Amino acid sequence: MQPTRRTITAAVATTAMTLSLAACGGDGDDGDSNQDGSTEADGQITLSVATFNEFGYEELFTEYESLHDNITIEHVKADTADNARDALRNSLGADSGAADIEAIEIDWLVEFMQYPDKFEDLAHAEVEGRWQDWKVEAATTEDGKLIGYGTDNGPQAICYRADLFEEAGLPSDREKVAELLEGDWQHYFDVGKEFVAASDAAWFDSANATWQGMINQVEVAYQDPSGEIIATTNPEVKALYDAVLAAAVDDELSAGLGQWSADWNDGFQQSSFATMLCPGWMLGVVEGAAEGVDGWDVANVFPGGAGNWGGSYLTVPAQGEHLEEATALATWLTDPEQQIKAFEAKGTFPSQVEALESETLLGSTNAFFNEAPTGQIFVDRAKAITFQPYKGPDYFSINTALQDALTRVDVDGTDDAQTSWDKFVSDVEALG
Amino acid sequence: MSATSTLRRPTDATEPPPKRIGFGGRLSRWDLRLSPYLYISPFFILFFVTGLFPLVYTGWVALHDWDLIMGQGEFVGAKNFTDVLGGRDFWKALGNTFSIFLLSSVPQVICAITIAALLDANLRAKTFWRMGVLLPYVVAPVAVSLIFSNLFADKYGLINSMLGLVGIDPIGWHAQRLPSHIAIATMVNFRWTGYNALIFLAAMQAIPRDLYEQASIDGAGKVRQFLSVTIPMLRPTIIFIVITSTIGGLQIFDEARLYDQFGRGGADGQWQTLTILLYEQGWTRSNFGRASAIAVLLFLIIVVIGLINFLVTRLISSAEVKR
Repeated sequence: MQPTRRTITAAVATTAMTLSLAACGGDGDDGDSNQDGSTEADGQITLSVATFNEFGYEELFTEYESLHDNITIEHVKADTADNARDALRNSLGADSGAADIEAIEIDWLVEFMQYPDKFEDLAHAEVEGRWQDWKVEAATTEDGKLIGYGTDNGPQAICYRADLFEEAGLPSDREKVAELLEGDWQHYFDVGKEFVAASDAAWFDSANATWQGMINQVEVAYQDPSGEIIATTNPEVKALYDAVLAAAVDDELSAGLGQWSADWNDGFQQSSFATMLCPGWMLGVVEGAAEGVDGWDVANVFPGGAGNWGGSYLTVPAQGEHLEEATALATWLTDPEQQIKAFEAKGTFPSQVEALESETLLGSTNAFFNEAPTGQIFVDRAKAITFQPYKGPDYFSINTALQDALTRVDVDGTDDAQTSWDKFVSDVEALG
Repeated sequence: MSATSTLRRPTDATEPPPKRIGFGGRLSRWDLRLSPYLYISPFFILFFVTGLFPLVYTGWVALHDWDLIMGQGEFVGAKNFTDVLGGRDFWKALGNTFSIFLLSSVPQVICAITIAALLDANLRAKTFWRMGVLLPYVVAPVAVSLIFSNLFADKYGLINSMLGLVGIDPIGWHAQRLPSHIAIATMVNFRWTGYNALIFLAAMQAIPRDLYEQASIDGAGKVRQFLSVTIPMLRPTIIFIVITSTIGGLQIFDEARLYDQFGRGGADGQWQTLTILLYEQGWTRSNFGRASAIAVLLFLIIVVIGLINFLVTRLISSAEVKR
């Protein structure tokens, strides 16, 4: 006798369900890789580019698309570098979901250098000598593999509110301000004390932001090249920590606005602070947040000499489907000519040697910052940088813990400098 | 089917063993016995693949050094668990999770019942009001978080400005622990109160109307009717809502993660919930072993709370029978 219809139906139903579930899984995977970049029947390719903050690429993408009919670019933009880093870690771990081109910030570059196999080797003769040596060295593994193409650097100047300076009886002209602020950090804070005595506004936005300027002048801060974590024992770190919090909290120089928070953004509109550290890429951020506010200017000076804050690379994760096209796009985007355009759009200061000599760069001014010759200023600030600090693989995690420590004192007021430092020490110990 | 087989069994015992049955007959017997299980098997196969396997695998990962990108490392035994239980983060996150859970679930259930009672009254444009309370549920949680984190901004937030107008000092909605919990609970309540109100409303409408008539003949006012008729009749629904909101409450993630720009639950872990701690350990710090240990602990906590829920439910339902 034949098996009854019901048995067959049941068996078929089960198999069908299981298969269709499996098929669902398959579809899901395809869906993911579609995001990565897909080739349609007519040879159309979609390349995704993941960036954060402001790279100034919007118009360049349009230009590239018009140059290449078969390419569509999808821009994935994270609000903070932290979120971009998490997303990239996640997709590298899962071996799926990364964009065709992923931007990496210098603070967490070393961390990703631990996984060179996850990235395409970008060392090509065509791009040799394009960047400053240190920029390339930082992204080159021991066996000579180039992980990323340099985009911008973050030589820092001081952005300030000329109108608030004037009200407080300080010089407001950008040459005079540069003269006024010339000196070390203590001098910068001393001028700040003078300013807050005569003004309602604070001197700087937050201890967090100021910290970035200070720590980037320390040659070996948190981790020495042998990998040993010295963050909690390094006297230089502790001294800077005490100095920035004394200035921010005891002398009330800080507006206490956690960097990148909603309050911080509103702070620009409320004119709650008069100066801030300005790496080139910050100009675009300030312009966006302070829209409609007059008086911003840039002074060709930086406490403690000079320093680099941030700056990024474009990498091509090896999991992508269109490695060749993605590499071509990254090559094009980091070409000096394109980088100058990005600089004009959002102030991202080029890391390319040739671009530093560019007339367009040297001659460029920024209308929002009272027609300041930003090109010349940042070229000067970049030339004043004498060394690049060493940042170990744990730099990002340790710096995050330290930023939290500053936030607890400066923004939240839940701790004083000492108890917050103790928590930082235990956070660092918990990292291992 | 089970009823018929239990009926048949005693007679089977008294009768001589049945004659040898052909293959076909045996098949149709199996069919009768097995088919139901085959029909429901897709769910269990699916559950095994997507639920049970990851559950067990998480336990396996928790016993190892495990990097997000590099994968499996050395076997470390219970080290991940001792690290987690020995640190202050876990206990703080546990406290935060329960605090946010209580601040959201308790007012939520009370408000939802009250709203449902109001909607149950004879209103004009009933459907409009009923759909209205569901509206916040439709808004994406991400959007809700963005709006609320701006409303609750410490310095220039709308809520603090309004408090300033009536002469109250600004509250550190992000800086202080309890206010941040209240703010996050507000987001959760905003989203779920209307949804729960509709479930309560449905249950209320199933209450026989003659009970209210009798109560009013006995001289009970509206409030008395609500307390002595509506609430007791809603008991099973209340239990259901409490259980679902407990599970949801212990897994609060979106609202807390999007409450500030970094999503780590505050510089001092003021509103770091267990799920955020898990995410931070696994994805930000790349320590999957420790993240899995937290996941296992969270699972155990939910099991314990599930058991408590179950016992309370039994207590309530047996109390009902006694009455």
